[in-house]
Amino acid sequence: MQYWDPRIEEMPEEDLRKVQYKLLKSLVCRLYSFSPFYHDRMKELNVHPDNIRELSDIKKLPFMFKRDLRDSYPNRIFTAAQDELVRYHVSSGTTGKPTVVGYTQKDLEIWTSSLARGLTAIGLGRGDVIQVSYGYGLFTGGLGMHYGAERIGATVLPTSVGNTERQIELMQDLGVTAIACTPSYLLHMGEIAEKMGVHIKKDTCLKAGILGAEPWTESMRARIENWLGIKAFDIYGTSELSGPMFTECAEQNGFHIWSDIAYVEVIDPKTGEQLEPGEKGELTITMLQKEALPMIRYRIGDISSVEEDICPCGRTSPRIKRIQGRVDDMLIIRGINVFPSQVEYTLMSIPEVGQHFQIIVERSGALDDMLVRVELTKESFSDKITDLMHIRQNVEHRLRNALNVAINVELVEPGSLPRFEGKSKKVIDKRVL
Amino acid sequence: MDTKKYVIKQISIFSENRPGRLASVAHALGEEKINILAFSIAEANGFGVIRALVDQPEKAYNKLSSLGFNVAFTDVIAVQMKDQPGGLFEIAKVLGDSGINIEYSYAYSGKKAAVLILRVDLIEDAIEKILSSGATLLEYSVFH
Repeated sequence: MQYWDPRIEEMPEEDLRKVQYKLLKSLVCRLYSFSPFYHDRMKELNVHPDNIRELSDIKKLPFMFKRDLRDSYPNRIFTAAQDELVRYHVSSGTTGKPTVVGYTQKDLEIWTSSLARGLTAIGLGRGDVIQVSYGYGLFTGGLGMHYGAERIGATVLPTSVGNTERQIELMQDLGVTAIACTPSYLLHMGEIAEKMGVHIKKDTCLKAGILGAEPWTESMRARIENWLGIKAFDIYGTSELSGPMFTECAEQNGFHIWSDIAYVEVIDPKTGEQLEPGEKGELTITMLQKEALPMIRYRIGDISSVEEDICPCGRTSPRIKRIQGRVDDMLIIRGINVFPSQVEYTLMSIPEVGQHFQIIVERSGALDDMLVRVELTKESFSDKITDLMHIRQNVEHRLRNALNVAINVELVEPGSLPRFEGKSKKVIDKRVL
Repeated sequence: MDTKKYVIKQISIFSENRPGRLASVAHALGEEKINILAFSIAEANGFGVIRALVDQPEKAYNKLSSLGFNVAFTDVIAVQMKDQPGGLFEIAKVLGDSGINIEYSYAYSGKKAAVLILRVDLIEDAIEKILSSGATLLEYSVFH
């Protein structure tokens, strides 16, 4: 059994809790003194750093939500000066404004070592060739995996997304042993490979997939493993935590949440009360060491449960189970987070279409297809087909820019879309994972 | 020259491309005793435009609008063609030589003659050129 950092990975739980308490206490003291945002939040709840006397006192602290990041766009919530930052990443927000995350050198270091532990735990290391087919750029996936894979001494092939045929050629020619991408992209790759006459199972050296950034299931895992002849590992993270961050180990039974990096709670989304281990609720994570953008009791919106029993792999940190859904209406389309409110916000600025819309998500082949149906307004109806095509293309273009994902648009007759009170009914998700 | 009498009001209806849409348009017009003299459907990805010449365009517009349809009037002209080989060529050549662009067109072959409905970019010019070439344009009173 290989460990990247055996001291912390095998540390007895009792000692881990002491480490966590010390980190939490110093984090809270620092934020109370230096972060106006967090200071005010604590004051509102009448909590002082002195009230944090043991780890379980974390439940006295206020929650943080995605809207806190959005409302402080771009960086008013940061607790590091710009000259201490070494990188930004940007993700799409729930409305027009994106959310910006910043990293100090130490933040990158922690992110990278979290992945180094995880990649080691699934059996990768020096001698492996890891193809990173997550997007490089503002999205955290590509660069995050890149640094983690380099850290363990593996050879990185930074293919990013797209140009699938070339990716398959390189996979063969350079003896790629592991790939990091979304599970649906790997399925797509398998299909394209077969069209090229390449069978990943027998014609490549691929043995592992580090798959995440979108929900998937055990049945997809079985399909990928049997078809492609690899082990498929789930990976979890969000840009607010840093990026892709926590992987499964060789047991393939939940993500290890490294206790010195994060403290995980599962919360009843309605009452805000902590739930017992094993109970399903909203994942709430406190990042114990982040400098530029500390996250305390951050309500991620993903539904899962915590497993506290020690993993057979010997690692002592708790695991969270496969993500089972969302507490809000967020959709994940080809690995990109999409909120129906972003669609609404974008449509509001296009006079040719009404404000009502319907989103239909389907999986064609292995990839997600998102269709947005919008009503053409009476005023903008033109007898010329080219004018109508132009309106449709404009809406597609605007949505694509706002959401960072390709979208098809269908123009429909005014008044024909169902009118709903609740947002979530505007989405018809036909995907079967 | 009075070109106005040759300008015909066509109704254009936006329609989703799904079963039953044409039937609802036709049913509504039938109910109002509106006669369809000529019509065509232009199809694009996922939607279409139904274009029709009817005997009572205002009534058709009001009825279809009240049912929630997106309706618009479009000016077109109707050329009487010789119902014989080369008939279309004569008209198309006149317009082409004059630099007038046909945006779309459809035709019907009636008892007396073949009729070509044209939507062009320069409608006044088109009327003058067609008349001076000796061809016959139908007046709107023929339809409405």
